[in-house]
Amino acid sequence: MRLARLDARRITLDLQPDDLLRAYRLMLRARLLDERLAELRAQGHAIGGAVCRGHEAAQVGCVEPLRVGLDYILPYYRDLAAMLAVGMPVEAIFLNQLSRATDPISGGRMRPAQWNSRALRVVSASGLVATQTLHAAGIALAAQLRHEGAVALTFFGEGATSEGDFHEALNFAGLHHLPVIFVCENNGIALSTPQTAQMPVAHVADRAAAYGMPGVIVDGSDVLAVLATAREAFARARAGQGPTLIEVIIPRLSGSGDDADPRDPVEGLRAYLLSRGDMTPAADASLRAELRAAQEAALAAALDAPLPDPQTVRDHLFAPGSAPTEDERKGG
Amino acid sequence: MAEQTMIQALRAGLRDEMARDERVVLLGEDIGVAGGIFSATQGLRREFGAARVWDMPLSENGIVGISVGAALGGLRPVAEIQFADYLFAALGQIANEAAKLRYRSRGAWTCPIVVRAPYGGGGGGPDHTQSVEAFFAHIPGLKVVIPATPADIKGLIKAAIRDDDPVIFLEPKRLYHEPVGAVPDDDYIVPLGVATVRRAGTAASVITYGAMVVESLAAADLLADDGIAIEVVDVRTLQPLDFATIAASVHKTNRAIVFHEDVRFGGFGAELAAFISEVCFADLAGPVLRIGALSLPTPASPELENAVLPNAQTLITAVRHLTAQ
Repeated sequence: MRLARLDARRITLDLQPDDLLRAYRLMLRARLLDERLAELRAQGHAIGGAVCRGHEAAQVGCVEPLRVGLDYILPYYRDLAAMLAVGMPVEAIFLNQLSRATDPISGGRMRPAQWNSRALRVVSASGLVATQTLHAAGIALAAQLRHEGAVALTFFGEGATSEGDFHEALNFAGLHHLPVIFVCENNGIALSTPQTAQMPVAHVADRAAAYGMPGVIVDGSDVLAVLATAREAFARARAGQGPTLIEVIIPRLSGSGDDADPRDPVEGLRAYLLSRGDMTPAADASLRAELRAAQEAALAAALDAPLPDPQTVRDHLFAPGSAPTEDERKGG
Repeated sequence: MAEQTMIQALRAGLRDEMARDERVVLLGEDIGVAGGIFSATQGLRREFGAARVWDMPLSENGIVGISVGAALGGLRPVAEIQFADYLFAALGQIANEAAKLRYRSRGAWTCPIVVRAPYGGGGGGPDHTQSVEAFFAHIPGLKVVIPATPADIKGLIKAAIRDDDPVIFLEPKRLYHEPVGAVPDDDYIVPLGVATVRRAGTAASVITYGAMVVESLAAADLLADDGIAIEVVDVRTLQPLDFATIAASVHKTNRAIVFHEDVRFGGFGAELAAFISEVCFADLAGPVLRIGALSLPTPASPELENAVLPNAQTLITAVRHLTAQ
């Protein structure tokens, strides 16, 4: 049944085997990295971070239409797969998780997974919930005024939709038909609070109606369904038709045992590729081995990287040449 | 050089920067068609178009958050918050986002926004007259500017807009329409982080800013009749603070009074007094005195407001007390 749905979408979207293999590779890479990061946290090497498991299709599918370096992406802390998909190196992610001096994301200034890359137009994220949705609306406003043709793509959880920032962002974006895409990765629970204790409506997507934009619900187990939805939203944004709210229903996967969960987006795509003969079991095994080897090499390099230098703690508070702060004047 | 009110000089400064740099956009409640409730942006939408002057939905956190985003997207937003009291509704975006973007991204992303707001006494009651500077001066990553004259408001708003970091720009609203002052016509800039001596004197240094500068100058005139010459230092920029000018003044007069209209307890004056005590201790002939509002909300009735906020007479009493020691 699931395989048949994937097949129908593949044909509608006119995807070639290579497209599917690329998506599989990205999702698998994120899954393996996510598992490795969880081990590092358990061993006390890394200081924090959120699990991406189950969110891979949501992120990889939504990022697919994005033009890296032109469009902006405003992620939240679960968006490991999205970061890999836009080209953030695994090395950078390990350096970030281990808070090393050479971490290009924050250099030990932020907890891990508060992403940032100027070159990839990944906008620096705080650890707060929903604040980035307003930044996405503002960036979309700037893009519209500057005729840049850029789209702002922002991600958040369903708990974030209780924040005022979310409503302010959707209201403004809807009002001015801004080129922004709001993606809710709805896994049903915000830390401990279930969705039923967050909102009186059944679906996050229902909220879109109040802001004059389409609200679309899509199955987060199915990367091709997500991709199809994202392509429509990007097309609307690029055509000046305004924002879209996408609610991706994230499967809450059973434990990481050997029994494959039928809703697992990575396993689902794997089964489909094997069933069509686009990938052999041997090719899958060698892909895993290749990804793991690259991952371990990056981790080893990150573990060898220096810790942050306390002498640099004042860097980047203000632009170079600004008047000194009190501490700097006193030399204290 | 033209004689202008503060609101006229502010408008001239905004207009200059909009004409100079097309990235400068204004965002706020009622600032476009209506020109702002204090008329700071009057005529600017007509001159520069609706794409440069945005009438925003009534939501302060949204105005600031969208300004932060617009800055990330390459613009130079100037947000108007109708009254400084409403800045509390935008504190999350200011304190956690704007102030930290450059630092947390190692300089990859920056936030060149100006958040303007009228503040302080002059009528409006507990939720329309608060002095909020201490909250923002306390947050690393923000600059805080408070002009006190027509020339300064023009020169400082232009410097704030050109600054590459977030600036909280607080305007003493009771000075908007009087007194008038001479304002340079040219591309006049007052750099951030530089205090100025408004009146030279020898008896005591009054370290002040905002509307209390005007009160201090009035007090200086009255005290001069009695042969007491106070020195009035206008801080102008609270963050970064010009410690050198303050220390030089206290070194000269040996007496210091810190004077603001914010509530005295926990106000920015405590920071100034602590600095003077630490750095100028050997110069001091008496304790550093602090003048501020009572620890009360500011009531709406003029009689009650006057009972809460300090004024020239409060300062005169303090000067006489200090110089008699």
